[in-house]
Amino acid sequence: MPLIQQRRFDIFDWSCFVVTFMIFGIGLLTIYSVTSAVPFSLVQMPLYLKQVFWIFLGLIVFIFFATVDYHEIARFAYPLYIVAVILLILVFATGRTIQGAQRWVTFGTFSFQPSELAKVSTLLLLAKYFSDHPANQGLNIQKLFAPAGLLLIPTLLVLKQPDLGTALALLFIFFSIVFVIGLRSKFLIYLSLLSLMLVPFIGQILWSGLKEYQKDRILTFLNPAADPMGSGWHLIQSKIAIGSAGFWGKGIVGGTQSQLKFLPERATDFIFAVFSEEWGFRGVVILFILFTFLFWWGIDVANKSKDLLGILIAVGTVGLLSYYFLVNVGMALGVLPVVGVPLPFVSYGGSAMITNLGLLGLLLNIKLKRFVLFH
Amino acid sequence: MKARYFPAEETQEIQTRAYWFFGFIATVLIVYLARAYDLQINQKSYFEGLAESNRMRVVPIPASRGIIFDRHGIPLVNNIPSFNLYAVHGDMQDPEKVLTRLAGLVSIDALPRLRKEFLDKKDPYGTIKIKENLSLAEIAKVEGHSLDLPGVQITAELRRNAAYGPLAAHSVGYVGEVSKEQLASERYQNFRQGDRVGQFGIEQAYDTLIRGVPGQKWIEVNVVGQELNLLRINKPVEGDDIFLTLDLDLQKVAEEALGEEAGSIVAIDPTNGEILALVSHPAFNPNDLSEGTSAGTLLSLLNDKGRPLMNRAIHAQYPPGSTFKIIMSAALLESKDALPSNSINCHGFFQFGNRAFRDWKKGGHGSVDLHRAIVESCDVYFYQMGNRMGVDTIAKFANFLGLGKPTGIPLASEKSGLIPSTVWKQKVLKEPWYPGETLSVSIGQGYVLVTPLQMAAMISAVANDGILYTPRLLLKSKSRQTGEYQAVPVATGAKVPISKETLGIIKSALADVVATPHGTAYGSRSALIPFAGKTGTAQVVVMKKGEVKKALSKEVNDHAWFVSYAPVDNPKIAVVVLVEHGGHGGSAAAPLAKRVIEAYLAPSKQPSL
Repeated sequence: MPLIQQRRFDIFDWSCFVVTFMIFGIGLLTIYSVTSAVPFSLVQMPLYLKQVFWIFLGLIVFIFFATVDYHEIARFAYPLYIVAVILLILVFATGRTIQGAQRWVTFGTFSFQPSELAKVSTLLLLAKYFSDHPANQGLNIQKLFAPAGLLLIPTLLVLKQPDLGTALALLFIFFSIVFVIGLRSKFLIYLSLLSLMLVPFIGQILWSGLKEYQKDRILTFLNPAADPMGSGWHLIQSKIAIGSAGFWGKGIVGGTQSQLKFLPERATDFIFAVFSEEWGFRGVVILFILFTFLFWWGIDVANKSKDLLGILIAVGTVGLLSYYFLVNVGMALGVLPVVGVPLPFVSYGGSAMITNLGLLGLLLNIKLKRFVLFH
Repeated sequence: MKARYFPAEETQEIQTRAYWFFGFIATVLIVYLARAYDLQINQKSYFEGLAESNRMRVVPIPASRGIIFDRHGIPLVNNIPSFNLYAVHGDMQDPEKVLTRLAGLVSIDALPRLRKEFLDKKDPYGTIKIKENLSLAEIAKVEGHSLDLPGVQITAELRRNAAYGPLAAHSVGYVGEVSKEQLASERYQNFRQGDRVGQFGIEQAYDTLIRGVPGQKWIEVNVVGQELNLLRINKPVEGDDIFLTLDLDLQKVAEEALGEEAGSIVAIDPTNGEILALVSHPAFNPNDLSEGTSAGTLLSLLNDKGRPLMNRAIHAQYPPGSTFKIIMSAALLESKDALPSNSINCHGFFQFGNRAFRDWKKGGHGSVDLHRAIVESCDVYFYQMGNRMGVDTIAKFANFLGLGKPTGIPLASEKSGLIPSTVWKQKVLKEPWYPGETLSVSIGQGYVLVTPLQMAAMISAVANDGILYTPRLLLKSKSRQTGEYQAVPVATGAKVPISKETLGIIKSALADVVATPHGTAYGSRSALIPFAGKTGTAQVVVMKKGEVKKALSKEVNDHAWFVSYAPVDNPKIAVVVLVEHGGHGGSAAAPLAKRVIEAYLAPSKQPSL
């Protein structure tokens, strides 16, 4: 046993740690920058200190997920999933409404976003399901039926809150896992033909199912100049912030767009625009390199994993993190519509920080287990 | 646990696809990086410009308007602080909501119009005035909700204040927002919507002098438009103070004298044309109009039947009635059509063809020469003389004395009155002149129309032995930059081609109008100051024989005129009084002139009012 412990430490992967902490640093600096105008007070802890607290809490969760065997964790996939669905239903009964959407459940003084649990449990459930039901010749429609159903329950519940960002995240986890497992070529052809035929209908159903503000956002994205003072405002201000920074940026606390509050949601959804304004193109390149490394590291974990469960968890995690990164950054750059999702490890927020660090712990867990051949 | 720890064949494929998955992510990342490069490197200067215009605001600093003083340096119009509510469209994400919220806090006049104007605004960072002169309670409410009201600011500004309200309102005028029509014209090409300009009276006439030059400041603002830093400032050039020729004390007396009556009193210095008092009733309060946003006030004034916005001294034209006999006398004496000593016999009417032109006095005046005709205002005498001279001679001398054309006072829209002639009638009415019409003209009726100011200039020219001055209101101006005074050059005045002898004969008769018991203004004679004048009673409606005036309402009552000057020797003031529908000039107008004259020339001896 001591030998194994020793080996574990040797093969402990410091690179992912270093990269993640660099990303934390970027996030904390940026949060500090946008809240520096707020005078320090003991009653109201500054936002960046709160974020440090969340990081610590997240690291505890990280250590838990990194050390307990992920097979053991995966055994709880179904119960966790059921709890998540029940909580999502509870949101409608007792949930708090924040900015027009019901996303929170309150237990006494503790508020909790069930959609975070839904992400983790859905990821684990799908990984577990597909590793328990391997499809040697690729997936066909029969094999997709059950997992698609399992996916749709939390997705629709989340969509109803309405939380488009999380609903799309669940779909993206599913698609990334299904993509790597592979579809049967015949099924792939049928599926693409069918989806082509269904596009207008589904489009219509989706469109009529959207809330007014969601429709507005999409229309605005297609033509932001049509309504520069209304919904297009965020997109334009974000592009101005990023564009005006140039190569070197305006420096910490130096961004006029962020300091003068022309950007909305500066510590959360639009934090990338704030960071870009302060650090310029060089900062964008650095951030992209860090995240690319993180994604590569996750894919590497999948490829070194010796079992299907590990592969799928790793791919799902990379799928989830990359979804948030790509949607958030794409929105700030004005190439995607405004969908309010946080930038992983950077945006302020406790729930997302804990979830993301937990998933990262799971990746490390899989990586550490690759040399353990037998139980 | 059923788990596999060794890679099977299919996990190989799966792991290959995982690389493809990474490839997909990396591709999107490269596209994003290209996008960031495009925004931050290629389009940097474009977005820099946008960021600058976001944070920088050029705010005009209005120049404070010059103060308007009376001739003795008493301020008539000054500037007082006022708290005004402004909104900047571009600082609001949801202007509609903010405006609705604002309307819930303070009452906003003409909200729908304002809303439309506000939401249609082309320049999103231009400020638009929502309300002026907020009360303290309103300021507290708006400040208390400032977080819910992005883009809404309260600014302390100077407001134009007429210190005496409606006193001398028509001379002083008012300030208002530059109108759309004005903005389109060349004179106002450098103005912006919302700018204040003089719109009436002196404020309008000397606007360029009073207005000054607005400054500008470049400020840094945050997203809700709050000013954070002053980056640069161009100070405004303050407008010049101006001193009017008006005498506040005399103006007060004249205002009180006219009282509730509609009409006008003009007091003028006959030696130089300076207007000492100018009253037009009904009046308005310039402060109501200078508040600007209350378009309703202006509209109600415009629609007021009493027409308070009309300056009756220059905008209203009346038949001069018997005051016209001064002109008739001058024409008669100069054209030598009759000697002053020639008498006629007045039986109370003048038979012309098959029509009898009546005298105001039923039994007639008996044997009347020129002097007596003026003193007693004998109509028959002037019917006869008018008929002898013809209308064109009368018109010539009327024109000599400044009638039939604007006096040239630099106030807007001055009317020219009307002095008819054969040429005029042929040209305008396309009809020949009928000799009978000359008789009406002879007693200041028919087509003849004059303004009170024209009559003031006319009687001044008589009083000063024949110099027609352009009436003026501006005495001097004072630069607030240098503190230097600039006197307005005194107009030399035009010599009227009427001999001193003629004017002397007329003046002695005008003195007797007041001084002798037969005179029509004898009842108004002054124990303090001897003055001269001529009454006039201008018919509004021609009475048919046997009609009784009493039965009719005031609207058809005659206009009462009195044109006068004092002292009789070496005149220092000329006063013209017109009381609309006042009745007889001798009883309704002359006493008012007397009050003004006594107040000006013998202020200490005057009984307290």
